[in-house]
Amino acid sequence: MTERRDPLAPQQGLLAADTASARGAVLTVRQVFWRRFFRHRLAVVSLVFLALLALVSTAAPLVEVMLGVDSNLVDLFNAKQPPSLDHPLGTDELGRDLLVRLLYGGQVSLVVGLAAALCAALIGTLLGLAAGYYGGRLDALLMRFTDGVIALPILPLLIILAAIDLGKLGLPPGIVASENVSLYRIVFLIALVGWTTVARLVRGATMSMKTREFVRAAEALGASAPRIMLVHILPNVVSPIIVATTLSIGGIILLESVLSFLGLGIQPPLPSWGNMLTSAQELIWDAPALAVYPGVLIFLTVIAFNFLGDGLQDALDPRALQSKE
Amino acid sequence: MLSYLTRRLTESLLVLAVMSLVIYALIGLMPGDPIDIMIFSDPEMTPAEAERLRAVYGLDQPILERYLAWLGNALSGDFGYSRLYNQPTLDILLPRLGNTVILMGLSFLLALAIALPAGIYAATRPQSPVDHAINLLAFAGISMPPFWLAILLIILFAVILGWLPAGGMGDGRDFWGDLRYLVLPVMALTIATVGSVIRFMRAAALEALRQDYVRTAQAKGLTGRQVVIGHVLRNAMIPVITILALQMGNLFSGALITEQIFAYLGMGKTIYDAVIGNDYNVALAGLLLATLTTLLANLLADLAYSWLDPRISYR
Repeated sequence: MTERRDPLAPQQGLLAADTASARGAVLTVRQVFWRRFFRHRLAVVSLVFLALLALVSTAAPLVEVMLGVDSNLVDLFNAKQPPSLDHPLGTDELGRDLLVRLLYGGQVSLVVGLAAALCAALIGTLLGLAAGYYGGRLDALLMRFTDGVIALPILPLLIILAAIDLGKLGLPPGIVASENVSLYRIVFLIALVGWTTVARLVRGATMSMKTREFVRAAEALGASAPRIMLVHILPNVVSPIIVATTLSIGGIILLESVLSFLGLGIQPPLPSWGNMLTSAQELIWDAPALAVYPGVLIFLTVIAFNFLGDGLQDALDPRALQSKE
Repeated sequence: MLSYLTRRLTESLLVLAVMSLVIYALIGLMPGDPIDIMIFSDPEMTPAEAERLRAVYGLDQPILERYLAWLGNALSGDFGYSRLYNQPTLDILLPRLGNTVILMGLSFLLALAIALPAGIYAATRPQSPVDHAINLLAFAGISMPPFWLAILLIILFAVILGWLPAGGMGDGRDFWGDLRYLVLPVMALTIATVGSVIRFMRAAALEALRQDYVRTAQAKGLTGRQVVIGHVLRNAMIPVITILALQMGNLFSGALITEQIFAYLGMGKTIYDAVIGNDYNVALAGLLLATLTTLLANLLADLAYSWLDPRISYR
């Protein structure tokens, strides 16, 4: 799992710098991190849950073959079947196997959540670094822009953006007609509006790093601005980025499910937990399972990412624990 | 203070102007062309007639000129006609803005009424079982898909118990009867909002509890209740109000989902219906009105901020 390794490597830099002055630490930085992280039991449980979820949804094609079903095959004679040996969770309103569709939906939700969060973090980091390092006019401009984006009613705006005809944008028809285009589009749209938190955090951290001696030294040695930002400052502001990014994944998955539910996100036949719920309101008496499973899965996945982010925050930010007590 | 207000208002207008241009351009990129729709409803129209219509409506002009023409009309209060409702756009939107303000306002007040005591209660007993329980509930609220929550509420209160209507609006004749239509939407939106407010409130109260003035207040012999109400609450409110005002756009997004599921005639549902139904004038004006509302909310919050914290003065 990438969640396990990523936080460690860059984070070492920050804590190492901070603890270097307080010599004689018995535990290594890594040990401190894990000790703190494991103290947050919910975060550990969440990590295990997410790892399992990632594993089984990656294995969706395998499950499909094992069960001998086709997740895209519409079979109206077998619609809304109760659980059976052939269909462990029954079938949906078009007779497709629910379990396999839930697993494929999980793939979509996780991919959208991770990809959009990473893209948003990338945009936010670059803007935040530039604003914090250069300061002055650029900083003022970028931050006013950020405030403006934060103030916008995001969902109605996304609804308009999601309704745009990609053909009119001049994209090649091959891309416009491809089945996955709704997935790329939603990742792009969410990244477009989701970078603000990271940008503000990185800006703040960069501004405080800019005055540190090692940055001054690098400047004196003639390092270029991009080099200072990316080589000297970025590794030291990585922990807030990781925390904010992890915490944002839950919200992104929620946003994706909302847009898909409204019919503007992931387009059928590509299953997503959101678009599986689109007909839930009418089907609730016929086949309650159809409305329950996707909702429960969205809820559990989002809460798991939130707990994980909370745990990472405690483990990575030395002040977080103090302020919790 | 006055110059500060002027500056903020100018900034808000600037954001609004940029937004209007961007949205105008985006709406041009939506599927379906108004003339195509007319041709669709009148199959006997000839291409020459279609061209003439294009010229009549100015659709053969470049986009910037069309935008400036729209802006000129908009500034004189004319936002065009709604295609779906056959009424002037503002006649559709303004009553619905009122409905949304009622929905959002009630949910916001209710969320505050729950979150203030809950957050402070949790903050004064950190790491206690109650604190953990409140924290867990707050996380659950944040993580609940809002549309799913709304569906569950309908199932419970409208279908199983039959206490409340599943959706729709009152007819305006019976105040108390109409109020019943508001209960479920307000409940759904409150649950969707309250979690994050509790977390903000708890963090802010913890921060306030650590300050010297709390120790001073305790030292002069005030009871725990007096300290919390007189010193912690007021100081913790300051960051919370700021964050909440900045999140007004989020609350509006939540309202859109709620309105859509409960068929509540608010701005969010109207914008959604307009986008789906190619009602460009309504979509454009609706989104701008929504933006204006959130910008005004931010401004109000800034003013509340200086009222709550006399240390801050605006120049």
